[in-house]
Amino acid sequence: MADAVFVGMPKRLVGVNIDGREIEVVEGSTILDACRRLTIDTPTLCQLDNLTPVNVCRVCVVEVEGSRVLVPACSRKVEAGMKIRTDSERVRHSRRLVLELLASSVDMSLCSAQVQGWMSQYGAQPERFGAEAATVAQPVKVDNDLYVRDYSRCILCYKCVEACGVDAQNTFAIGVAGRGFDAHISTEFDTPLPDSACVYCGNCIGVCPTGALMFKSEHDMRAEGTWDEGLRGGVHARAARAGQHDRESHLAAGQQRHRGAPLREGAVWV
Amino acid sequence: MDIRTTGGPPTADEVAAVDGLLGTPDSLWEGGRRRPADDHFARGGRAVRSQRHLLLPLLHAIQDRTGWVSRGALEYACRRLSIPPAEAYGVVSFYARFALKPRGALTLRVCDDIVCKLAGADEICAAVDAERSPCLGLCDRAPAALVERSGSSYEERQIAPVTVAQAADTLRGGEWPDQTLSTPLSPTLSPGGRGGLLRRVAAYDPERLDGYRALGGFAALMRAREMGSEAVIREVTEARLLGRGGAAFPTGRKWESVAKATERPHYLVCNADESEPGTFKDRVLMEADPFAVVEGMAIAAFATGCEKGYIYIRAEYPLARARVENAVAQARGAGLLDIEIEVRRGAGAYICGEETALFNSIEGKRGEPRNKPPFPVEVGLFGKPTLVNNVETLFNVLNIVSEGGAAFASVGTKDSTGTRLFCVSGHVERPGLYEVAMGTPLRELLALAGAQDIQAVLLGGAAGSFLTPEQVDVPLSFEGTRAIGATLGSGAVIVFDESADMKQVLLRIARFFRDESCGQCVPCRVGTKRQEEILERMLVERNGDRSADVMLLSDIAQAMRDASICGLGQTAANAIASGLTQLKVLNG
Ligand SMILES: Cc1cc2nc3c(=O)[nH]c(=O)nc-3n(C[C@H](O)[C@H](O)[C@H](O)COP(=O)(O)O)c2cc1C
Ligand code: SF4
Ligand code: SF4
Ligand code: FES
Ligand code: FES
Repeated sequence: MADAVFVGMPKRLVGVNIDGREIEVVEGSTILDACRRLTIDTPTLCQLDNLTPVNVCRVCVVEVEGSRVLVPACSRKVEAGMKIRTDSERVRHSRRLVLELLASSVDMSLCSAQVQGWMSQYGAQPERFGAEAATVAQPVKVDNDLYVRDYSRCILCYKCVEACGVDAQNTFAIGVAGRGFDAHISTEFDTPLPDSACVYCGNCIGVCPTGALMFKSEHDMRAEGTWDEGLRGGVHARAARAGQHDRESHLAAGQQRHRGAPLREGAVWV
Repeated sequence: MDIRTTGGPPTADEVAAVDGLLGTPDSLWEGGRRRPADDHFARGGRAVRSQRHLLLPLLHAIQDRTGWVSRGALEYACRRLSIPPAEAYGVVSFYARFALKPRGALTLRVCDDIVCKLAGADEICAAVDAERSPCLGLCDRAPAALVERSGSSYEERQIAPVTVAQAADTLRGGEWPDQTLSTPLSPTLSPGGRGGLLRRVAAYDPERLDGYRALGGFAALMRAREMGSEAVIREVTEARLLGRGGAAFPTGRKWESVAKATERPHYLVCNADESEPGTFKDRVLMEADPFAVVEGMAIAAFATGCEKGYIYIRAEYPLARARVENAVAQARGAGLLDIEIEVRRGAGAYICGEETALFNSIEGKRGEPRNKPPFPVEVGLFGKPTLVNNVETLFNVLNIVSEGGAAFASVGTKDSTGTRLFCVSGHVERPGLYEVAMGTPLRELLALAGAQDIQAVLLGGAAGSFLTPEQVDVPLSFEGTRAIGATLGSGAVIVFDESADMKQVLLRIARFFRDESCGQCVPCRVGTKRQEEILERMLVERNGDRSADVMLLSDIAQAMRDASICGLGQTAANAIASGLTQLKVLNG
C-alpha cells in the first residue's frame, strides 16, 4: 500500500450574507468569488483569476457592514458573518465615478462589450468633466515588428506588469514608472522594446483589457480599415463574447485570431 | 530572471558611490568584471536579491555623489542587487528627490507650500532658479529652502527663513549657510513643566549622550527592563495613549498584537516621515532631543519583542538624520541598546508616511500603499509582524514608563489622554511648537501664539479641515474636533488673517494631493487631478457652470473617500470641501 500523503487540512466553509442572501463559500475565497457564485454581476478591470490581486482600479468595491470605507471585492477575503451589499447607493456611486474618471482620461473605446455595458449600467458620463479635462493621450509606440503599445488606452491595471513579471514570465521588461496622474507603464528609461528585456512572449498582449497592447498585425489592419470586428474580433471582444475572464481564454482568443490573420512580412510569431 | 542592461557602463564616480556602500563585487554575477571562474560557477541569486532593500540607499549614494541618477549608474546598481532595470526605473521615477537628468552640483529647493506662500515664497521662486518643493517642515521659520551640493563631500543645509538675496547668493556659490537650527527660533512651550514632552529641548547638547543622561536619559529604558515587557504594555494600555501620527489608533492595543504575533522576526519602525504640510513637531524632537527617540524605540522594541528597528526620516531633514544617527551610534557604543537600529532616508514622497507605503519604500520599492487587511501587526515590513509608531507617540511612552499609565491618563480628557504637540504657523506673532493638554480650547493656543484678525485656521494640515473664527472654541481633543467634523491630524495649526488669499491656499492644497498621489488607484489618481482642474476653473478662470462644478467636486470627493486604497485619497477632498463651504472663496 502506498504511503499516506498529507493533503492539508480540510477547508472550512464560511457563511456570509450578500444583498440579503446567505451563501457558504470555502474559507480563503474572495468576496468576488462569493458574488460570482450568486451570479451577481460585479465589474472588474484589474482582476484576473490567475494574477495576484493588485486591487487598484476600485471598480469592484462593495459595502461591508462595519467598514468605514468600501472594500475591493476582488481581493478581500470573506470572513464568517460578513454582511455585504453590492448594489447600495454608495457602491453604485463609486463604481460610476471610477468608470467616469477612467473614461474621461483614457480612450476606452476598444474595451470589451462587457465593459461598455458597465458604463451604461452605472450611468457613467465621462464627458461631464469638460472638454478641457486632461487625458493620457500620446503617440502610439511602434518600435518593433510584433507589438504596438498605445498608452492612450492604458488604464494602469498593472496586468501586463504582473504577466511580464512574477505572475507568469519572470522577465520584468516593463514596470510602472512615475507617480500620480503621471504614472505610466514603461520599460527602463522608456527604451524601445527591442532594447529592453522583452522576449516577445505575448503574455502582456493577452492580458491587456483595453487594446493598449496589441499585435502589430491587428493594429495595421485597423489602420488600413481591413480589420473586421465582427468576423474576427479583437482579443478582447472575443474573450468577452465567450463570457470568460481568465487569461487563458484571452490568449486562446488571441491565438485563434493569429491563425486567421495574414502573417506580415518580417513578422515572427513566438 | 535575466537582467539585460543596454545603457552603457557606469562612470568611475558612479561605481565608487555604489561600491562605497556594497564593497567591490566578487564576480560577474554580482555586477563585477567577468573572470574565468564565472563561466563555471554561478554566484549571487537569492543572497543578492535579498539586498533589494538597499536600492534607495544606493540611489542616494549615486545622486549625492554625481547630482543625478544616470542610466549607466542605475543599471550598475541593478546588477549589484539583481533588480530588473525596468523595475528599478519605476522606483527612481517615483521619488521626487531623484533626478533622471544631469544637473549642476548645486540644487536649491524652495518651499512654496501653504505657509511659505503666505511668507512670500513665490517671489523667491520667481527671482532665482530653484526647484519648487512641498512643505519642508520649517513652517515656523517660513519661507524655507533646502540647498545641497553633490560631490565626493556631499553637503546639505536647511535655510529658514530664506531671502531672495540669500537664495541668489547660495546659487552663485556664495558662502555656505550655517546649520543653526538646533537653537529653536520657535518657542517650544510645555505647560506641564517638568513632565512635558519638550522639557529637554535646548536643555542639553543634542550631540552628547552624557548630556542626555545627566537629565535622566535612559532611566526609562532601565525601568522598562525591570518591569518586564508585559507590565510595560499594561501601563501603555492603561495610559489610553492614542497614536500621534494621525490615525489615533490605541498604542497599547497595537503593542499587544505585535508582542503576541507568533511569526518571527518582529520589526519596529519609527515613522519620522513627517510631510504633512504645516507639521514640524517630529523635526524639533529629533533635532533637539534625538537620544529620546532612540530610547523610545528601544523601549518599544523591548516590550513587543522586535529584533530590529528602523527609523524612516524624510529626506528633507538632514540635521535630524545626522543627530539621530549620532545618537544611535553613541547609545550603541555605550552598550545601552540590545537591538540594531537603522536610520533610513526618505526620498521626497509624502505618501511614504503611510505605514504600508513606508514598508515598501524600506524594501526598495515604489512607495505604493498596500491594501489592508492584513494589518502591519500581522504582515508588515518584509512580510513580518511590525510595530509602527510616530516619533511623538514614542516620546509619550517614555513618560508613561517613568510615571505610570494612570498618571499619564490624569492629564487631558477621558478619551484623549496626555498632552499634544501643536505646530502653529502662518499669521501669528510667535510661530512655533506648543505643547498643551488635550482638550485645551483652540482659542487658548491661538492666544499663546498671538493670532489676530483670524480669517480661518487650517487644523490638521492638508489632510485636515478649515475652521472659521466662530469655531475656535473647539477643544483640542480627538473627540472634540470630531464633533465638529474636524480632526487633530498631525497637529498642524495654520492661521490665516484677513490678508490671506484663500483661493490660492485651496489651489495649493489641490496641487499638493495631485503631486503626492502615488497613482495606484483610480479614484485618487484621476480624482485629485480632476479636483485640481475644477477648482482652477472655479476660482481662477471663473468660467464653467458653477453649480455643476460644485456637484462634480462633491461626487469626486465621495468616491475618493469611499473607494481609495489609503488615507491620502480618503482625505484629499477634506480641506477643499471644508474650504468651499466655510470660506468666502466663491463670493464675488
Ligand atoms: C498619506 C499619509 C501620510 C502619513 N504620514 C505620516 C507621517 O508622516 N508620520 C506618521 O507618524 N504617520 C503618518 N501617517 C500615519 C501612519 O500611516 C500610521 O498610522 C502611523 O505612523 C502610526 O503611528 P502612531 O500609531 O504612533 O500614530 C500617514 C498616513 C497617511 C495616510
Ligand atoms: S497596458 Fe494594458 S494591461 Fe498594461 S496596465 Fe495598461 S491597460 Fe493594463
Ligand atoms: S489613495 Fe492615492 S495615494 Fe493612496 S493608494 Fe490610492 S492612489 Fe495611492
Ligand atoms: S477589480 Fe477589484 S480593484 Fe480592480
Ligand atoms: S516649510 Fe514651507 S509650508 Fe512648511
